[in-house]
Amino acid sequence: MTMEMVAMIVAGATIAVGSIGPAIGEARVAASALESMARQPDLAGTITRTLFVSLAMIESTAIYCLLVSMLLLFKIGPLFEKAVEAAQ
Amino acid sequence: MPNPVEDMVLFTLGPIPVSRIIVVTWCVMGVVIALAAVVRANLRVRTPGRLQQVVEGMLDWLGAEIRGIVGRPPEPFIPLVASLFIFILAANLTSLVSSLVPGLKPPTADITTTAALSTVVFLAVPFYGVAMTGTVSYLKTYVKPVFIMLPFNVISDVSRTLALAVRLFGNMLSGEILFGVILALVPFFLPLPLMFLSLITGTIQAYIFAVLTIVYIGGAVKVSEKHEAKETAQ
Repeated sequence: MTMEMVAMIVAGATIAVGSIGPAIGEARVAASALESMARQPDLAGTITRTLFVSLAMIESTAIYCLLVSMLLLFKIGPLFEKAVEAAQ
Repeated sequence: MPNPVEDMVLFTLGPIPVSRIIVVTWCVMGVVIALAAVVRANLRVRTPGRLQQVVEGMLDWLGAEIRGIVGRPPEPFIPLVASLFIFILAANLTSLVSSLVPGLKPPTADITTTAALSTVVFLAVPFYGVAMTGTVSYLKTYVKPVFIMLPFNVISDVSRTLALAVRLFGNMLSGEILFGVILALVPFFLPLPLMFLSLITGTIQAYIFAVLTIVYIGGAVKVSEKHEAKETAQ
C-alpha cells in the first residue's frame, strides 16, 4: 500500500467522520429555530438572521474537514510519495 | 485528476502571471461596474426605473440589516458592505455559466480571491473602530473583559479572518466539485437541481459574508461604545 493510497483512505474517512457533527448540529439549530419562529412569528426576521449566521459558523467545521481531505489528496499525498521515492 | 486548489496560468503580463480566475474576476468587475454606471446614468426621483428600484430596495434592506446589528446609522458602513455583497453575489452567480464550461470556476471558488476579500474585512474592523470611537477605546476592546483575554482576542481576530475566507471558498468549491462529479456520472437532467442548489448557496454565502462583516465591525464599534458609556458613568 503506497502512501498515496493511505492519504486517499484517510481523506475519505476525514470527510465522512467530519460531516457527522456539523450535520447533527445544523439539524438541531434549524429545528429549534423553526420552533421558536412558530411560537413568535414577529421575531422571524431576527431569528432568520441569527440562524443563517450560526449555520455558517457550524458549517465551517465541515468545510475545514473538506479542506483537510483535499490537502491530503492533492498536496500531502503526492508529497509523501515524492519523499518515499527520494528515500529509496 | 486535476488539482482543484491550484489554478492554470493563462499568460504572463511582464512578471505577473495571469490565471483564469483573474480573467473571470475582471469580467465580473466589469459587469458590476457597467451595471452601476447604467443605474447611475438613469437615476430619477419621480419615475425610478426597474433597475433603480432593485438597487434601492437592496440598499434599504442592507441598511436595515446594519441598523439591526450595529445599532447605528448605516451610512458609513454601506459602501464597504454593499460592495462586498454585490461583488460576491455576482462572482457566485457566475457558477451557473462556468459549470457548463469545463475548467472554468467562479472566482470565489479560489482561495486567493476569498483571502483577499477577508483581508479587506480584517483591515476594515480596526479602521471603523478607530474612526468611530477613537484609538484608545478601540484598543481597550482587546483587553475586555479582563487583561488576560488579550492574546485570545488577538487570536480570534486572525482566526475569524481565516474562517471567513475558508468558509466562502469551501462552500463554492464543494458545489463545483459536486456538480462536476454528478455531471460525469449522469450528464442529463440530474445536474439541473444542483444548479438551483448552487444558486441558493451562492446567494446565502454572499449574505453570510456581508452579515459577518457587519457583525465584526459592529463588535469593534459597539463594544467600545459601551465601554465609553461605562467610563463616563464612573
